[in-house]
Amino acid sequence: MSYTEIEGIEGEEGNFTVRLLRKPRYVLEHRCTGCRNCVDHCPVEIPDVFNQKLSKEKAIHIYFSQAIPLICYIDPEYCLYLKEGKCGICADICRNSAIDFGQVPQREEVKVGAVVLSMGFDPYDPSVRPEWGYGRLANVISSMDFERITSSTGPYSGEILRPSDLKHPHKVAWIQCVGSRQVYEGSKSYCSAVCCTYTQKQVILMKIHNPEAECVVFHNDIRAFSKGFERFFERTESLPGVRFIRAYPQVVGEDPVSKNVILRYVTPEGKLVEEDFDLVVLSVGLLPPSGIDKVASELGIELNEYGFCKTNPFDFVEATKPGVFVSGSFIAPSDIPEAVYTASGAASKCGRLLGYRRNKLTVPKQYPPEREVVEEEPRVGVFVCHCGANIGKVVSVPSLVEEALKLPYVVHAEEDLFWCSTSGTKRIMEVVKEKGLNRVVVAACTPKTHEPTFMDSIRMGGINMYLVDMANIREHCTWVHPLEGEAAYEKAKELIKMSLARALLLEPLELYEIPIDKRALVVGGGISGMTCALDLAEQGHEVWLVEKERELGGMARRIYWTLEGEDVQGFLRDLIDRVYRHPLIHVLTEAKIIETSGYLGNFVTKVQSGGTVYEIKHGVTILATGAVEYRPTEYLYGKDPRVVTALEFEELLAKRDQKVLEAENVVMIQCVGSRSKERNYCSRICCGETMKNALKLKELNPNCNIYVLYRDMRTYGFKEDLYRKAADLGVVFIRFEPEQQPVVEQVQGAAERALRVRVRDHVLGEEVEIGVDLVVLAAGVVPAPDNQELSEQFKVPLDEDGFFKEAHVKLRPVDFGTEGIFLCGMAHYPKYIQEAIAQAHGASGRAMTILSKEKEVSSGIVCFVDEGRCMGCGACAEVCTYGAILMEETKRGKKPKVIPVLCKGCGLCNSECPTGAIQVKHFKDEQILAEIDVLMASDEELKDIIDKKIKQNKGAKAA
Amino acid sequence: MERQSLLWFFRRYQHYDVLVAGGGISGVQAALDLANAGFKVLMVDRRPSIGGHMAQLDKTFPTLDCSI
Repeated sequence: MSYTEIEGIEGEEGNFTVRLLRKPRYVLEHRCTGCRNCVDHCPVEIPDVFNQKLSKEKAIHIYFSQAIPLICYIDPEYCLYLKEGKCGICADICRNSAIDFGQVPQREEVKVGAVVLSMGFDPYDPSVRPEWGYGRLANVISSMDFERITSSTGPYSGEILRPSDLKHPHKVAWIQCVGSRQVYEGSKSYCSAVCCTYTQKQVILMKIHNPEAECVVFHNDIRAFSKGFERFFERTESLPGVRFIRAYPQVVGEDPVSKNVILRYVTPEGKLVEEDFDLVVLSVGLLPPSGIDKVASELGIELNEYGFCKTNPFDFVEATKPGVFVSGSFIAPSDIPEAVYTASGAASKCGRLLGYRRNKLTVPKQYPPEREVVEEEPRVGVFVCHCGANIGKVVSVPSLVEEALKLPYVVHAEEDLFWCSTSGTKRIMEVVKEKGLNRVVVAACTPKTHEPTFMDSIRMGGINMYLVDMANIREHCTWVHPLEGEAAYEKAKELIKMSLARALLLEPLELYEIPIDKRALVVGGGISGMTCALDLAEQGHEVWLVEKERELGGMARRIYWTLEGEDVQGFLRDLIDRVYRHPLIHVLTEAKIIETSGYLGNFVTKVQSGGTVYEIKHGVTILATGAVEYRPTEYLYGKDPRVVTALEFEELLAKRDQKVLEAENVVMIQCVGSRSKERNYCSRICCGETMKNALKLKELNPNCNIYVLYRDMRTYGFKEDLYRKAADLGVVFIRFEPEQQPVVEQVQGAAERALRVRVRDHVLGEEVEIGVDLVVLAAGVVPAPDNQELSEQFKVPLDEDGFFKEAHVKLRPVDFGTEGIFLCGMAHYPKYIQEAIAQAHGASGRAMTILSKEKEVSSGIVCFVDEGRCMGCGACAEVCTYGAILMEETKRGKKPKVIPVLCKGCGLCNSECPTGAIQVKHFKDEQILAEIDVLMASDEELKDIIDKKIKQNKGAKAA
Repeated sequence: MERQSLLWFFRRYQHYDVLVAGGGISGVQAALDLANAGFKVLMVDRRPSIGGHMAQLDKTFPTLDCSI
């Protein structure tokens, strides 16, 4: 339900009553087709909220052009009729009588078993602090404004223009940390975590739009801490005309004539500079969603000190109320991958809670039995779509219908405003039944998005779903020729004719069903693997948990506290205990994967453990193999016992070692083994871990002097407060450049060979020397050494740094490209314990979308082999990336065998085959060639050519 | 519950397994995963369309994929 507020939730986990308030749209949802006729005629212009008020909308409008649902609503604040009883043009103009001025807010109550809060964030509004000039100076915009400006559906149709004179800006500045990392009124103390990288993206887009542009980013640490971000930063920084300046600029004002914005700042060298810019972008931070205090009290959940959702300290996806889960930026400011895996994680948590009622309220769709059509005389229906105004405004749809009726074998043709609407698809189903159609052509938009819809409606009409073809008269016609109506009309006619030819040759295809083995294999017995195993076992699935070490626990065995001060060892003991006690989890330690084969739902893996080889059958695989600490070769590590890694130091702290309690001077060096040429990524956790250790050291030994030598302090999110706290407690932070690494040396001649650190201090502008008792190296996180072998065994890729590579860095963060295999934890990228736990829930949530089913249905569009034409060269098997083609010995030599459930119908083999022996069903050569042949044919020849094709096709089949 | 009151209970309310509050990228993912795992989901968004802030973005880093 869109446009609906939650007014309150009562009850307890398993049985909540939710009170909802549906706000009036003044438009009947079931009648509105989204044609926008009313919008065109509405006389009232209002600021477009979706476009950040940079452009105008009408009082009746669709929220944005790709909105879901794609229906109008009236803004009652501006509508003349609702305010003064005047106008009402929209009601007169609407052909579907969808306008209803009498609508009132409607209250509704529903029952649910669990709640997932994905309330997101609100961008910071920089106008609350007048010194930014936002709202006062025309050419100061927020980063959200910039997003809309670059967007093709934005206020300037995708051209980057500045608001004051709508000219292309050449010199643009970005100011970072607007509203974040500041402790004064109206700002937030935390780091918003995404601004550094979205700014870099905006710089790149600016340079794509205008390669000559001069871009300056004013920042205070570049926080490029996630997968691929360090390289992205380098890419941005190396663009010509791009400068990154470490400074907090002040907005002085604007030039009265040019309206350029004047910024004043102190360079890192200490020089005061005034510089003017055509456009200034404020990189605004993320706030908790507006009005959340009220909502939280109605929901009965607590918020944290920053106004985001208060969560279980180890488990981010649990809110403080049982049965209420949370995902996305409402946990903390976060990026899209976190929003996605916490969402899958929350889904998994709901599954653990509500497993008993799975599939009880949902009803699987029932299809009628399929009619046999192969021997029938062709009877084709052509359905031509207006697509609102998208097609109908450029070409005459009624004439296309008339023309279609003249084509051979067409027994029915019809138009509709939207064939994809519920009423439209139902109508197609009815016509298929009534008129006994056996082929369907839908002349509308792209099959990429809409073919499944129409396949479903003809299947409901009782014929095979593959008997429909789409003529794309929108993307391939009216969208690209909007001004050439007549020519576009002719083209649309031809496209329909071609589509008809293909439709006549389409064959019914069989769907392949894959049974799903309900068991799971989890590789890696660290916190991620164990969390995942428990999730799946709690939902009733048998899990094999495979660990290469003697004991479970992984990297967490060496961690004593979280950054927030929670006891990790206690948590770990409890987790291991629960894993061992669970009757559905089989733990194999000191185990090694020998080989693995199979596919989604039907994997077989051989594991050796304690002299026994287990052959495990499983439906899904989860790789949670973790990572390891970098073993430094620099800074005298291994040569002087006073140089330790952060994990070794944590152990000293935990054991209250004398070395720590008596230390007078401790130096902590960041980015050891990370952000280097060999490992060009940020290890994400070291800055936070260093803050944790520094604060612990201050607690145990308050008089100790602590120096942190860093490059960029990357305490993102709420961790920023630890950084601030450390600075307040007197921890000294010294920044160094990668070209001027600190030097750790033993002082010759001194007693006990004193240890000394030399580093160039950028604030003082000179080199400082620190005599130290201990040097702590923030050694980075490096991929586990056996990743390469695992990657080959499971046929899943590694990224350029050696971590496992997910299917999509943003949208599929725990999936692999290969179906049925998932990843989580540090195998994916370095991360904190809580992030690993959330991601493990995410992986189990994704795995449950498979394990909860009895079978998966795979497409009928797969390749097939004509053995007569095949010469057994094996090129097809070689090129197949899915392992779907096996070369088998037959009487006539080696021939390819296709495993349909693995085939994705990509057609690679088809294009590789020298003899045309392997082809893809539904896209066979003759089906495609028929389209070309009829395009070339005259109207008189058409029927003959089509008949010939049909005959040939039948003949080929008979042979 | 008596048969009468049980009937009343089921008629009085619409029943779902899970309520997802918010239709941004996170809410959409949660709803899809839940539905694909056999649960009936009600998604509620305060805006006139789902999509959240991600729908407002032009492209996403670091791949520069189209956001919508």
